[in-house]
Formats: sequence, structure tokens, C-alpha cells
Amino acid sequence: MSAAMRVTRSTNASRAGLVGVVLVLVALALAPLWAGRDGMRLLIDAYVYVVLASLWNLLAGYAGLVSIGQQAFVGLGGYTMFALAVLGGVNPLLGIPLAGVVAGVMALPVAAVTFRLRGAYFAIGSWVVAEVFRLLAAQVSVLGGGSGGSLPVGLITALARSRAAREHLMYALALGLMVAILAAIVVLLRSRWGLALTAMRDNEVAARSNGVDVERTKLVVFVVTAACTGMAGALVFVQRLRISPDAAFSVNDWTALVIFITVIGGIGRFEGPIVGTALFFVLRETLSDLGSVYQMLLGLVAIVVMVYARRGLWGVLAERSDLQLLPLHRRVRVAGFGRGGAPRETQSRPAP
Amino acid sequence: MHWVNAVVQGVLVGGLYALFAAGLSLIFGIMRLVNIAHGDLIVLAAYVALVVTGTLGINPLLSLVVVVPVMAAIGYGLQRGLLNRTLGDDILPPLLVTFGLSVFLQNGLLEVFSADSRRLQAGRIEVAGFALNAGVSVGALPLLQFAAAVAVIGGLHVLFYRTALGRSFRAVSDDPEVAQLMGLNTRHVFALAMALSLAIVAVAGVFLAVRTNFDPATGPARLIFGFEAVIIGGLSSLWGTLVGGVLLGVVQAIGAEINPGWQVLAGHVAFLAVLAVRPQGLLGRARR
Repeated sequence: MSAAMRVTRSTNASRAGLVGVVLVLVALALAPLWAGRDGMRLLIDAYVYVVLASLWNLLAGYAGLVSIGQQAFVGLGGYTMFALAVLGGVNPLLGIPLAGVVAGVMALPVAAVTFRLRGAYFAIGSWVVAEVFRLLAAQVSVLGGGSGGSLPVGLITALARSRAAREHLMYALALGLMVAILAAIVVLLRSRWGLALTAMRDNEVAARSNGVDVERTKLVVFVVTAACTGMAGALVFVQRLRISPDAAFSVNDWTALVIFITVIGGIGRFEGPIVGTALFFVLRETLSDLGSVYQMLLGLVAIVVMVYARRGLWGVLAERSDLQLLPLHRRVRVAGFGRGGAPRETQSRPAP
Repeated sequence: MHWVNAVVQGVLVGGLYALFAAGLSLIFGIMRLVNIAHGDLIVLAAYVALVVTGTLGINPLLSLVVVVPVMAAIGYGLQRGLLNRTLGDDILPPLLVTFGLSVFLQNGLLEVFSADSRRLQAGRIEVAGFALNAGVSVGALPLLQFAAAVAVIGGLHVLFYRTALGRSFRAVSDDPEVAQLMGLNTRHVFALAMALSLAIVAVAGVFLAVRTNFDPATGPARLIFGFEAVIIGGLSSLWGTLVGGVLLGVVQAIGAEINPGWQVLAGHVAFLAVLAVRPQGLLGRARR
């Protein structure tokens, strides 16, 4: 390789994108000033889905682990926080990171069993594990059994004095969690692990032959996403103040919608889940009055996108215009080639 | 004696699970497609049977004459019109398209038939049966259902290893490109496989509808039971689906006997235990 080649990540679009990202974050941080109570609740919901979809994207889009069982870790996180609060009087805010630890540790035995299944069978296997968790949670009578329970009032009032203060606190927590997890994903994707993951996304066999320890990378990604998913789950149920096995381990809420969001936004790209969440909330706010017809439409949209625009909305846009929100794709620039024009690219295209 | 009875009933229910599993295993074997909508298609077949028995006023078991061809036609159309486009090296498209299909079907059924729980009445055969001894009795319907499962799997075995169509199925399963070079229309063969799978789904759906209550949301659990039976029995084995189904039925029956809340849980645990100890399944050969 000659000295005239260098690898860059930033493009004009990503530099502009970075400025835009900072501006949007400032605006979102100031949401309590402009959004109102309903607006803030909607934004918290959206942040949770950005987190869950980004994590699922890392798992399915990059590491090739198509899980239909991530609700296992949402529920596990929620129930860990709830159990610590009800049985030990632990502050729910402290329960959130502890839920992450528990979910991450539990991911190890789950992986030991489900990693024996490949591809699509892994998907259903992970679903069975989530069902086991749901059925077990319903058997624990101190946590309310099948009907669940509410957080103790004393702990809720200890969170914040008034309802408005609590809502502001939850908003800040949700925004903080989303920014922290997205930042962690950016750092991960820019690191050696990220290069390995991108290589695995594009071609697992080629990645293996270039020295990527595919199995270990998958395990690390599975455990880390489980821990982060657990924290998101704990946060959801601190906000809701009550939990039940059916809500905590819901395949529709925590996996079907997450898959839908990632698919329409663009799977295997960092920006996909964010674009997908925005699109989903537009659909939900305009069409959800239609009830089951709305759900049918979601299913139909996912099918159409998967068949006709496999890379999702962001994938289609990015392909046409060399667009990226953050400097993540690696490009090899060769001196003398296309000076000022489009650089030659490697590693930046998803597998066809 | 009620333990023996639980085991006997579990074996008979296992026939139904084997029917769930056979259709799933068939299309995975032929085109490496895992149909997430499989359970919802079983429930769809139950609703088709509901409409057929309602309009023609015939016995549910007789309605199979209509339901089987209808479901097979749906299967052929689904494969040619949609699922063939998703096949390839990437596992995501078939998985996510059938997942979307599952959401679509569940909510479509909800829209048309409402969330009310339904059941088909099969008449006198429902209460017919005979006692093996004081504590163990066998119902005619469960026995018929088990016989149907054995007949379907035996029939599949004959079809696979004794007929030209079976040879085409095995050929496209081994290597679709070479099969195509040899003059097979793989798209047509895949569609026939899906038609066959949904014909089995039709049988499963009708027996499900006679045996128990169903509503639009009951599909995913049927998918999971079928899937567990496939994995317990062994991925590469047709008779394995029967063994897996029976084992799942027995374990669930024993679990329910200990504590009603443990019925489904016991099945899941058995599945995970098989996965941990013998991941190729009881009758499976090679490791995946």
C-alpha cells in the first residue's frame, strides 16, 4: 500500500451533519421549555425506540444476530428495577444501571443456549427464551404474579417532589440514555470492533478469513446490547410506574415495532433506526386511530420495504447522495484520483 | 393412574404439534425459509374452516375437502408472488417479510372476525371415545388427530422418496442452481412446496379449531410449539417432527399435571434442555 493512500471518515455531508446533530440536541435538551407535557411524553417514547432500534440494528444489521427475543432483556431490566425497589427499597434510578448489569450477565447463559441455533432458527429460539422469562415472571407472586404491580408510593415521591418535576427528570434521563447509547455505538463503530463488525455485516466469511474472531465479536455485541436494552427497559417502567409480565415481555411492543422501525429506516446503518423512529412516529400519530388496519399497514410497509428497498429509506437516500450523518464510513483516498471529486470508496457499502 | 392418563393425552396432543411442525420443517428443508407467519397461517386455516362450515353447514372434518385446496392455493400464490423474491444468501429478507406477513395476518383476522374466541363443533365424535381402564380413556377425536399426523408424515415420506415431485424437492434442496440447469423450474417447485406446507397447515388448523378455542392472536404460540417440535425431533428428520411433537405434548401434559401454570413453560424448558445437551435433536444427524 503506497503512502499516497489515506483513510478518511468525514465527508462534507458528515461535517454539516455533525453541526446539525449538535443543534438538534440543544433543541431537544430545551424541550421542557417548548414541548409541553404530551410532547415530552411522546419524545421520551421516541428516545426509547431510537435506543432499542439502534441496539437491534447493531445485533441484526451488523452482527447478523436476528433476534425476535429482545423483549427478554427489556422485561428483565424492568423486573430487576421493580424487584429491587419492591423487595429492597432500592431507588429506581439506581435500579436502572443495576438492571443493565443483570441483563448483561443473564445474556451469557442465554447466548450459551441460543447461539447453537443459526440464522432464522436463532430468531425463534431467542423468542422462546423471552417467553420463558415472561412465564417465569408470572409465577413470582411477590412481584404481583401474572397481573404485575406498581412501584411503592414512597419511592415514587422520593424521585421528585411534584409530578411536573418527575416528568422533567424522566425526560432528562431518557434523553441522556439515548445520547449516551448512541455515542457509545458511534465510538464502537469507529473502533477496531466497529471495523470487525462492518466487515461481518458485509461478508462474514471474508471477515473470518481476515482474522476477525466472528464468534467472540457476536458474543460481545449480544451481551452489550442486552445490558443496554435492560437499562432502556428499566427506564420505561420507572416512567410507567407499574409493570406486568405481558407489558414487560411484549413481543409486539419491544421487538415487532423495533424491527419495523429499523427496516423502514435502513438496516445496517447507524442513521437507519433514527430515521425509522421519526417515520414511525409520523405514521403512528396520523394513523393509529385506524386500529388494526393501522397495524396491517405497518406489516405491509415492512414487507414492501424489504422486497423493493432492502436498505430502507436512509439506505436509499444515502446511496444516491453520498450522505452520512456522522463520520462513520471509512473511505480510502488515493492521491491523484478524483481530486475534489468523489473519493474511491471501500468498506462503506452494505452487502448487496 | 392420572399420570399415565396425562402421558397418553400428551402423546395424542403431540400429533397436533407434529402437524404444526411438519409444514415448518418441510419448507425449511427445501428452501431454507423459516416462516414466521406459520402459526398465523394455521389460525387463518381455522378461520377458513369456520367460514366453510358456517356457509355450507358441514362437519368441520368434512370441510377439509375445501380448506386444504384453498390453503394450498394461498401457499402457491404467496410463494410465487412474494416469498420467491426474498430467497437468497441473506437470511434477513425472508425472515422480516414473513414477520411482516404475520403482523398483517393477525390484524387482518382481527379486523374481519374480531377478537372473540371461536371454536368449531364436530358433533358426536367430540364426545366419543373408549376407556383403556379405570383411569385412562382415549377420545376418538384426539386419536383421529394423531392418526392424521402419522398419515401426513408417512405420506410426506413416500412423496419425498418415491415420486418425481419428491425428487424435484430434494434436488432444489441440495442445489437450486444445478436443479435449474437440469430443467427444473425452481420457482414453481418452491411454490409447490409452500402449497404442500399450507395443505398440512390446513389439516393442523382444522384439528386445532375442533380441539380448542382460537382467536386472531393465537398464531405465534402455534409457531413456537411447531418450532420446538422440529428442534427437539431433529432438523433434518421428517419422523423427527412426530417424535418431537409427541415429546413436547407429553412434557406439557406432565407440567400441567404438576401445576397448571407450568404447562407451556415445561415445554419451553424441555426445548432449551435438548438444545443445550443435544443440539442436533433426538433424531437429527449432522450438526448445523
